[in-house]
Amino acid sequence: MSEDTATAPRSAPPTPRASGVTTFLASAPGRNTGLVVALVLLCVVGVATAGDRFADLDNVLTILRLASVIGVVSVGMTFVVTGGGIDLSVGAIVALSSVWATTLATQGMANNSHWVVIVFTALAVGAGCGVVNGVLIAYGRIVAFIATLAMLAAARGLAEIISNRRTQIVNVPGFTAFFDASVLGVPVLVLMFAVVAAAGWVLLNRTTFGRRTFAVGGNPEAARLAGIDVRRHTVMLYTLLGVLCGIAAVMLIARTTTGSSTHGYLYELDAIAAVVIGGTLLSGGRGTIAGTVFGVLIFTTLSNVFTLNNLSISAQAVAKGAIIVVAVLLQQRLARRSTA
Amino acid sequence: MTTATAPLLSVRGLVKRFPGVTALAGVDFEVRAGEVHCLLGQNGAGKSTLIKVLAGAHRPDEGEIRSNGEVVTFANPTAAIHAGVATIYQELDLVPGLPVSDNVFLGHELSAAGFTRRAETRRRTRALLNRLGHSDIPADRDVGQLSAARQQVVSMARALSRDARLLILDEPSAVLDQDEVRTLFRVIRELTAQGVAVVYISHRLEEIREIGDRVTVLKDGRTVATGLDAREVSTAELIRLMTGREARNVYPPRRPLPADAPEALVVRGLALDHGPEIDLTVRSGEVVGLAGLVGAGRSEILEAVYGARKPSAGTVQVDGRPLRRGSVGAAVRAGVGLCPEERKSQGLLLDQAVYRNITVSSLPLFARLGFLDESAERARSAALTSTLDVRPSDVDRIVRTLSGGNQQKVVLARWLLRGCRVLLLDEPTRGVDVGARGEIYQLVRDLAERGVAVVVVSSDIDEVLGLADRVLVVREGRVVHEGPADEIDEARVLDLVMEGTAA
Repeated sequence: MSEDTATAPRSAPPTPRASGVTTFLASAPGRNTGLVVALVLLCVVGVATAGDRFADLDNVLTILRLASVIGVVSVGMTFVVTGGGIDLSVGAIVALSSVWATTLATQGMANNSHWVVIVFTALAVGAGCGVVNGVLIAYGRIVAFIATLAMLAAARGLAEIISNRRTQIVNVPGFTAFFDASVLGVPVLVLMFAVVAAAGWVLLNRTTFGRRTFAVGGNPEAARLAGIDVRRHTVMLYTLLGVLCGIAAVMLIARTTTGSSTHGYLYELDAIAAVVIGGTLLSGGRGTIAGTVFGVLIFTTLSNVFTLNNLSISAQAVAKGAIIVVAVLLQQRLARRSTA
Repeated sequence: MTTATAPLLSVRGLVKRFPGVTALAGVDFEVRAGEVHCLLGQNGAGKSTLIKVLAGAHRPDEGEIRSNGEVVTFANPTAAIHAGVATIYQELDLVPGLPVSDNVFLGHELSAAGFTRRAETRRRTRALLNRLGHSDIPADRDVGQLSAARQQVVSMARALSRDARLLILDEPSAVLDQDEVRTLFRVIRELTAQGVAVVYISHRLEEIREIGDRVTVLKDGRTVATGLDAREVSTAELIRLMTGREARNVYPPRRPLPADAPEALVVRGLALDHGPEIDLTVRSGEVVGLAGLVGAGRSEILEAVYGARKPSAGTVQVDGRPLRRGSVGAAVRAGVGLCPEERKSQGLLLDQAVYRNITVSSLPLFARLGFLDESAERARSAALTSTLDVRPSDVDRIVRTLSGGNQQKVVLARWLLRGCRVLLLDEPTRGVDVGARGEIYQLVRDLAERGVAVVVVSSDIDEVLGLADRVLVVREGRVVHEGPADEIDEARVLDLVMEGTAA
C-alpha cells in the first residue's frame, strides 16, 4: 500500500510509533487489554446493578460453565476464520453429535457399555461433519458460506429425524458424575475449556500447523505456490472445528443431562461474534485465541448481568449486536493507526 | 509541444509525514498543459506518496498545490477528479463483470429520472475509445475479458469522461509488452496534442526518452532535479541523480559451464491444453532465459513445470527423477522453487513478518514434533536477509512495507533457505528499481555458480540476454529459437518474436 512511505529511511525503526495509548491498544497485548477493560467494566456494571447476586462465587462459576461450551466451539472457529474460512454449521453439528451420542447411549447401548462410547461417538460425528464441510469446500470448490449453510440445514434436520424431536434423558452411570465433578473447586467443564484454549493457543502460535493456517488464510495462492497443500490444510481446519463441536456436544450433554436436536441453537452466531470481537480478521490471515476467549467471556457475562437484572433475551440480543459493531469499529480504527 | 503559459499544476514544498517516517520532505515540480512529465526515482523515493497526494488520497502536511495558478486542496479523491486530475494506478480499479461502458461511467452514470441511459452510455463510451484510437474495443464487452493493455485504455477513457486535464500514469508499461507500449505511447501523444498533460512514472529510461518531455527526479522524498529535458539528459546523469552513484555494468559476468555439469531439469514434450510441445533442458549451474511477448505462454510453461498448472502432456524430471504432474508439493520436495510473476498476489504473505515469508516453504526444518523453533527461524532468516542485503534488515518487519526489490529478495531468500536445485524466476525485476536490479542479477549468478539450475522469464529482452547463458525464444507457446545468449542480440530476438504475430 504505502511502499514508498515506509522504506524511505534506510536505517528505519522496526515499526512506526504513534502516540502512547493508541499505539499500545493497537499492539497485540494492547488489543487484549482493551478486551480486559471491557470485561472489567461489565463486571463493575454487574456488581453495581445486581450486587451480591453477581459477585457470588456460584454465579461466577455459572458464567464460566456457560462460557465453556460456546468457548470450545469458538476456539475451533478461530482456526477456521484465521485460515480464511467460515463455518455456519457449528450449532447444527453440536446438535447432531448430541443426539447421535445420546441415542446410542439410551437405545443401542446396553448397561455394560462404558460412557466413553458416548464421548467417542460425539467426537466422531463432529469430525465426520467437519470432513464433509472441508472436502466440499476444498475439493468441491463450494464457497464456505454455502457449503456450511447446507450442513447447517442438513445436520439439524438429521438430528431431528434421529431423535424424533424428543429430548433424550441421559443417566449413564459415571458420565454425569465425571463431567459434573470439580477439581479444586473448578468445574470439569471449565477445566476442559481451559485445556482446549491453551492447546489451541499452542497449536496456532507454536506449530507448523498454526503457521500454515496463517499462510493459507493470509494469501492462499502464495501459500499454494510456496508448496503448502492448501486443500488438505483446509480439510484439516474444518475437521478440527468438527471435533471441537463434538467436545462441546459432550459438555452440553453433561451440563443438561440430555441430548437434544435443539442443542447448539445459534451457536454459529455466538462463536463468530466472539471470534470477531476478539480481534481475528474475518478475511483470514490474522487470528488470536486469547482474544476469542475474552470475546466469549464478555458475551457470557453480558447475558448473566442482563438476566440478573430481569432484562429479556431480546434486550441481550440488541446489546450483543451493539457490542459487535462497536468492537469492530474500534479495531478498524486501531488497525489503521498501527499500519499508517 | 510545451508552451510558456502558466503551469496546469504546480507543487511547492510538499511534505507528508507518516508516524515515524517522512515520506515527502519537500517536493517541487510543475506540469504544463500538453506535456509528458516523467517522474523518476527508486522505490522508496516517494513517488507513490506523491501520486496519492495529487490524487487526493493523502493530505499533505506542508506545501501547496496550485491548479492553473489557484491554490487548491484535495480533501478526497473526488475533489481531485473534479479539479481535472485523474490517476491510473498500477492495479487498475476496474470492475470485472461489468461492461466497458459501465466501467467508464462508473460513479457518474448517465441517467434520466433515475434510469440509466444505456444507449447513450455506449455511444459516449465509443466516442471516448475512438478519441483514444481504440475503436476496436467493444463498449459492451465484459472488462474482465480484456487484456491488461486494453483495460488500461478503458481506465484512460474513464479519466477522459471526467474531463481530466492531467493524467497520472503509474508505471503503465509494467503490464504491457512492447507492441502494447507502442500503442500506449500513440494514445499519450494524441492526448497531449489535445492539451492534456501526463505525469508518467516508469523505471524504464528508454521509455522516458521516447515519450517524455521533461523529467523530475525524486530521491528520499525530495526533488533532486526538475525540468530536465527528457531527450537531452544522459542516462548516467539520471542514474547518478537517482542513486547517487555512477551507472555500472549491470549484468554480472558469465562463467563457462563445466562440461560435466549434470542435467538438473529435463522437460520433455510438455504441452498445455493440447498446444505445441516444449522441450527444455537446464544443466546444474546454467541460467536459461525464456524471451517472448506477454501472452506468448512463458509464464504458463513455468507454472506447468512447477506443477501449479496441469499440462495435457509431457514429463518433468529433476535430477533424473520424474515429478508427479500438476503437484506443487512434489515439485517443491524435489527441489524446485518459483518466484511468481505477481509477487504481491502470488508470492508473498503481505501482512506477515519477513521471517515468516522466508520460512514458509521450509517449516519442517524448524519443527520438532510439529512445534516451531521461532528463534531459529529468525536467526536463519536474519542471516539470509543480511547476505541478500534486504533493507531494512529487521526480520519482524511486515513484508507489505518493503520496497519491490526487497520484497523480491525475500522471495529469493525463501528458496535459498530450502536449498533448491531448480529455480524458476518469472519477471524477477518487475517493479524493482535500477539499483536493486543489479543486486538481483548478481544473486541469480551466485546461485547458478553454486550449482542451481535457473530459468528466467522476462518481458525485458535486454534482461534475458544479459542474465542468461542460453536463450529460448517463445512465440505462441512454441520455441522458435534456442541458442547461447551472447550469440543473439535484442533486435534479432524482437524479429523472431514479432514474426508471424500478425498472422
